[in-house]
Amino acid sequence: MKKKLWICVALLLVIPGLLMVTSCAKKTVKADTTQEDEAAKLAAEKARQEEIDRQRDRQRAIDEENLQKEAARRKIIAARNLFMSENIYFDFDKYNLKPEAQEVLKTKAEWLRNNSGESIIIEGHCDERGTNEYNLALGDRRAQSANNFLIDLGIAESRLTTISYGEEQPADPRHNEDAWSKNRRAHFVIE
Amino acid sequence: MLNKRVIKIIFICLIAPVFLIESAHCRTEYDYIDINNPFIRKIPIAVPLFKSMSGSEKEKVLSKEASNLLSRSLEFTGYFKIIDRDAYLADPKTDTIGSNINFKNWTGIGAELLITGSLFLKDNVIEMELRLYDTFKGLLIVGKRYKGVVNNQRKMIHRFCGEIIYKLTGNRGIFDSKIAFVSSGSGNKNIYLCEFDGHNSEQLTYNKSITLSPAWSSDAKWIAYTSYSKGKPDLYIKNLKDKHGAVVAKKGINISPAWVPGKFQLAATLSFSGDPEIYLLTGKGEIVKNLTNNWGIDVSPTFSPDGKKMAFVSSRSGFPQIYIMDLDSGQVKRLTFQGKYNTSPSWSPRGDKIAYSGMQNGEINIYTIDVKGEGLTVQLTQNSGNNESPTWSPDGSLIAFSSTREGPSRIYVMTAYGTDQRRLLALPGEQTNPEWSPGVIDN
Repeated sequence: MKKKLWICVALLLVIPGLLMVTSCAKKTVKADTTQEDEAAKLAAEKARQEEIDRQRDRQRAIDEENLQKEAARRKIIAARNLFMSENIYFDFDKYNLKPEAQEVLKTKAEWLRNNSGESIIIEGHCDERGTNEYNLALGDRRAQSANNFLIDLGIAESRLTTISYGEEQPADPRHNEDAWSKNRRAHFVIE
Repeated sequence: MLNKRVIKIIFICLIAPVFLIESAHCRTEYDYIDINNPFIRKIPIAVPLFKSMSGSEKEKVLSKEASNLLSRSLEFTGYFKIIDRDAYLADPKTDTIGSNINFKNWTGIGAELLITGSLFLKDNVIEMELRLYDTFKGLLIVGKRYKGVVNNQRKMIHRFCGEIIYKLTGNRGIFDSKIAFVSSGSGNKNIYLCEFDGHNSEQLTYNKSITLSPAWSSDAKWIAYTSYSKGKPDLYIKNLKDKHGAVVAKKGINISPAWVPGKFQLAATLSFSGDPEIYLLTGKGEIVKNLTNNWGIDVSPTFSPDGKKMAFVSSRSGFPQIYIMDLDSGQVKRLTFQGKYNTSPSWSPRGDKIAYSGMQNGEINIYTIDVKGEGLTVQLTQNSGNNESPTWSPDGSLIAFSSTREGPSRIYVMTAYGTDQRRLLALPGEQTNPEWSPGVIDN
């Protein structure tokens, strides 16, 4: 009986003690790891943040550069497309260059100066009125007018070729003055 | 083997008719057709169905075809009024062959000329005897016998048409001639040929690019034209038989060829100097010399029949007008003064007139102008779309041209006086740039 009691007392003492010990031990361990974690965490966080910032900056710079490149590329393409798409126009049975045609030719000359490796074909076109043969000659004269103007602006003759299509390739196939005015043109093609 | 025999038969029968039935007093030239004003009054002519000699069905069909073709071909010239067969008084079965023609049956219906024919078919070879009579005088004007394979019936009939026109006008006419033209039916503009009446059209060039401006040499053995085969307008000179030839591919344009009559030379506009000028070239495409030397456009040469003068289009006055150059002296005089746009001159084979297309009030029409004197101008087309590219038949009696009167451009024919305007042919696409060949084509 007495033995049982002792065991009980012992257990009463030991168990809380054990509990104390474990809880105390636990407490100590816990306090140590928290401090280390915080530091590492902070450092990592900082590093990560810095890395993100760096990456972001790098990306921004790349983006910026790409944007600039893209813009430049687009500008070049736009200039090239404009060069190809912008015609000069003539009056009926005329091959003299009107003031607005001369302005267009000046921008073409500038492009040619900025793209010194490029050669171009100048096509001379007419509206459908009149005879094929006369219109072939008229288209030739129109292309020649543009050709000579560009040479006067300092473009090397060797970079320019003329082809007359007469009335054979209308830009607008309709048979009215609106169409005819679009068809009396010199068109520029980059070789 | 069969082919060779056939060719031999054709040769014998077409080049040399078996015999001539021609009486002595018929050799005198008749003034039936006044070539100076031939279309004022058409000569009434009767062309009854040809007599079928064996009476077989196939022979009857051929007889009908032959007589109808003869009718149509004569009508094409613009000289004749074909009398409707329903109006005939004579019985064609008994009354139209041989020497016992009752001419009163024909004068009674107003026929001044009568053509009788007989046709005999054996083994795919036909024999035709054809005669032209003056019904009022009761005279045989010309009679011929032809023999050849069935496929050559057209040629035989046209050969006889040539004899008729020769007897009536002193000129061989148009029946051996062809017309070159440009058609876009293949998807690209290419050159085609057809017979004088628009029949049997055939494609001559097969370019995958623009082809323009066919021009016949005066022996009809060569054709020159402009093609973009190599990307730009170059001048091609081609022999029609073996297709060999030359190319003029200088910088700029190489266009608007015209052959010098009787010579292996041609004029064309080249712009390698920077200015379109007309040059004289050999048939091999080598430059002989400058013909024009004037700032502005000089284009579309056409020669007088004697080759001594050249008409052309020049913009030297500020607008395209037609000028004539004396080739010996080099002197140039302006021919057209009406309107601000006169182009596409074509010198008549008779030498007295130039046909051209002129633009007035936004409409393009065909005109003729006298070469000498006051330059009397006659407008031949009006209120019928745009009418361009006139070209004379080899006898100078007809003018072919392109017109948009029915919408798309097609080839039309009229007399030299503007009468009898009719469409020559209609092919897929548009047809432009007709160019009538010289009179005799030996192929």
